[in-house]
Amino acid sequence: MSAPGLSPTKAAPTRRISSRPAGSVPPRSSFAKNLRRNLTAHGFLIGALICFALFSWYPMIREFFLAFQKTDNGEVSWVGLDNLRTVVNDPVFWQAWKNTLLFTVLALVFGFLVPFVVALVINEFRHGKGYLRLLVYLPVMLPPVASVLLFKYLYDPGYGLLNELIGFFGLPEQQWLQDPDTSMLSVVVASTWMNMGGAALIYLAALQGIPGELYEAAELDGAGVLRKIWYVTIPQTRLILSLMLLMQIISTMQVFVEPFLLTGGAGPEGSTTTVVYLIYQYAFNFNNYGAAAALGLLLLVLLAGFSAAYVKLSRAENE
Amino acid sequence: MSTRTLISPAQLARPRGKLIYWISFAVVVGGFTLVFLGPLYWLVTSGFKSAQEVIQTPPTLVPGSFEADNYTRAWEVMDLAKLLFNTLYYAFGALAFQLIFDVAAAYSLSKLRPIFGKAILGMMLATLMIPATVLVVPQYLTVLDVPVVERNLLNTPWAIWLPSVTNAFNIFLLKRFFDSIPKELLDAASMDGASPMRTLRSIILPISRPILGVVSIFAIVGVWKDFLWPMLTLPDPAMQTLNVGIYSLSNGVPANVLIAALTIASIPTLLIFLIFQRNIMAGLTAGGLKG
Repeated sequence: MSAPGLSPTKAAPTRRISSRPAGSVPPRSSFAKNLRRNLTAHGFLIGALICFALFSWYPMIREFFLAFQKTDNGEVSWVGLDNLRTVVNDPVFWQAWKNTLLFTVLALVFGFLVPFVVALVINEFRHGKGYLRLLVYLPVMLPPVASVLLFKYLYDPGYGLLNELIGFFGLPEQQWLQDPDTSMLSVVVASTWMNMGGAALIYLAALQGIPGELYEAAELDGAGVLRKIWYVTIPQTRLILSLMLLMQIISTMQVFVEPFLLTGGAGPEGSTTTVVYLIYQYAFNFNNYGAAAALGLLLLVLLAGFSAAYVKLSRAENE
Repeated sequence: MSTRTLISPAQLARPRGKLIYWISFAVVVGGFTLVFLGPLYWLVTSGFKSAQEVIQTPPTLVPGSFEADNYTRAWEVMDLAKLLFNTLYYAFGALAFQLIFDVAAAYSLSKLRPIFGKAILGMMLATLMIPATVLVVPQYLTVLDVPVVERNLLNTPWAIWLPSVTNAFNIFLLKRFFDSIPKELLDAASMDGASPMRTLRSIILPISRPILGVVSIFAIVGVWKDFLWPMLTLPDPAMQTLNVGIYSLSNGVPANVLIAALTIASIPTLLIFLIFQRNIMAGLTAGGLKG
């Protein structure tokens, strides 16, 4: 906490030097000067400050209040843990968590592994890297409604391209989004296609930073490709890999748009109801803001650990 | 010049290595093209198909009918001109607000260093720790009745513009960039009697063009891709964005027209991507890692 005190003293000498040579300026007290400097500085800050206060900090505080309040016809009353009880006793509560966890695990298998492997493969080629990079990132730039509805058509059991494709390999047709067993998997595959570009490019940049001598040394020890990946590539990119892993967990636990657009949210037999979809339902279908806030608070607490780990790791990365 | 990777150059130099390299290269390029461009190809061509052909099994690879008319119908039926205009209006408005307020804030925190500056930055960065979806409900309630000014921002562009300023990550990126600008440069300016505003305009901003480009692109793409927030805050069909508007009309139009509309909706961001590819990729690796 000594750092904030440091900065004004650091700035002070330069101001003196800069104002003296002018000479004609009448000497002002350092207090007035300081005040003026601070007023200017806060003047620059004020726009962002107001926006943060209104649309970030105030809602953050409100989230905590809402979770323990109830609003009836504009009348606000404290209800203690009632909202939490409502949420936990909701028959879909555990299913929503189960689905969200399933999505997260599947999204990690696909969304974490696939971009890494893709980056490894692209990095091996001496040609066409720019083209491959472009391709991988292309879906990220599509508006979600386009990519999601596109997948809805591809998945269609009647005329979808996907059934046609797997039929070509002699596999049985699937119902994809309409079957509770495959609905979540289908959502994850679509979501991976839409979102993996960013991760793949970040991994690629990390791979290009690995010193070539490390691979040479590994070869002298007789290491094959897999061992080189295990003993050189992964340890060298460990920090980025763990940062991306945490970021993925944080963002996939909040999945909403993909299931909402692909299956209408709940999906067949509630198989794609996620926690955030449940929050959405409480707030905007049932007008129960208290329950929505209570469930949000649970999600926040769960993700706070991951967020804290992320911040700690990214500090390490910056130093 | 190539850097050293998993497969050694010696292995690649052998005839067998060369053969394997080119075969796998062809497979990967073909596979990636199929996986990433294939769906887009399907999207664009299906927009030209007739209503029966779109839902025909097996699907046709090359459209048997050529109805360019679908695109004009999509444009008219879904009123895409209006949706497109709305989205552009929100996106560029958000960009302007972010550039003005976030740049000014980052400049102040980095160079003017007011009291409580560190605490303010800390509180801004703390918002990154809160899952965005959790805040949606209280933010929505705030937009319905903004404290102090007591305004309802529902169905107004302000509901998009003002919250877009609360992008702590942008402020962090900008501040980090401003931090790297040498102090001597600014001292020289203030010795010449330049005001902070003047210094920002004539020294900081010209140097910061790369980071401003990155921030701008992500600001626009962010609004363009957003779905939940505009769906909640702009429910009036006359005010909707492309994403929300097309989604809400998606059940009422024939498949081929809807697909044509999706193709049109995809063009602007794809264009932005193809034009600013380098900046986007640079921004991704510069900012992406070091959140």
